[in-house]
Amino acid sequence: MNTPNALQVSAPGDREIVMTRVFDAPRHLVFEAFSKPELLKRWLLGPPGWEMVVCQVANKIGDSWRYEWRHTDGRQFGTGGVCRELVPNARVVFTENMDGYPSESVVTTTFTEQDGKTTVTMTQSFPSREIRDMVLKSGQDRGVAMSYDRLAELLKGHARAANPPL
Amino acid sequence: MTPSHRLDATFAALADPTRRAILARLADGEASVNELARPFSMTQPAVSKHLKVLERAGLVSRGRDAQRRPRRLVARPLAEATGWLERYRRIWEGNFLRLDGLLVEIKAARTRTKRNPGKGESR
Repeated sequence: MNTPNALQVSAPGDREIVMTRVFDAPRHLVFEAFSKPELLKRWLLGPPGWEMVVCQVANKIGDSWRYEWRHTDGRQFGTGGVCRELVPNARVVFTENMDGYPSESVVTTTFTEQDGKTTVTMTQSFPSREIRDMVLKSGQDRGVAMSYDRLAELLKGHARAANPPL
Repeated sequence: MTPSHRLDATFAALADPTRRAILARLADGEASVNELARPFSMTQPAVSKHLKVLERAGLVSRGRDAQRRPRRLVARPLAEATGWLERYRRIWEGNFLRLDGLLVEIKAARTRTKRNPGKGESR
C-alpha cells in the first residue's frame, strides 16, 4: 500500500526518529489539529482502547505541556515537556519526557503547505542511541497489543465464516 | 546478546552509508573481501573493519570456502530492526488516519459556516 500521503518513518543516524506525513488540508487547519486540546483528543490516541484524559498544551515559549492516556483495562501512560520554539502554522520545538523513560528528547515539528496539502515532519532527537531504540521497542510493545486486538477481531470473523450451518 | 542489545548493534551497523552499501551488495549474493573492496575504491583493511562491525551485529556471516572466505548477508537482524520501525509506524499511521477523517470534518464544517453564517459550527 503506497498512497502518496503514506507515512514515512525512519531512524537515520544514531539518535533520531523522523516521521513525515502529508495531509489533504491547508496547514493552518493541520496546525490547529496539532495544537487544540479538543481536536488532539480526537486523533492522538494510539492503539484501540486508549483515551486521552489529560491534554494540556503550550501556548507560548516556556509553557509546559502534558498529555495522559488511559486504557480501558486500567493502564496509563503520560508524557510532557516544555515548549522551546513556537511559530504558528510553521514550526514547533518542544522537549519531551515520557513517563518511565530516563531522559529527555527534543521534538521538532514542521508544517509546510503546497497545492493545498500540508506536509508534517516530526523529528524526535534522543540523547543516545540506547534510548532511541528503547522508545522504538515500547512502540513494539504497544503495537503488539494492537495486533492482538486486530487478531481477535479477525478470529471472530473467521469463526463465523468457518462455521456454516450443518 | 539480549534482543535490545542486538537491536542496538543493528542500528549502529546500519548508521554508516558504506556498511549499508556493503549489505546491498551482499543482498545480491556472497562476495569475498576483495570483491567487496573493488566498487568502493577502499583498501582491504578498511573494508575488513566495516565487515567486522557488520559481523558483530550478526548481519554478515562467513561462508565455508577457506580460500576466498566469502561474506554473506544474514537477513534476520535486519528484519527485526525494520519490524520495530514498522510497528512504530503502524501506531502513528492509526493516529494520522483518524486525523485525516477529522480534517475532512473540519473542512466541511467551515464550508457550511461560510455559506450559512450563524448556523452550523458554534464558536
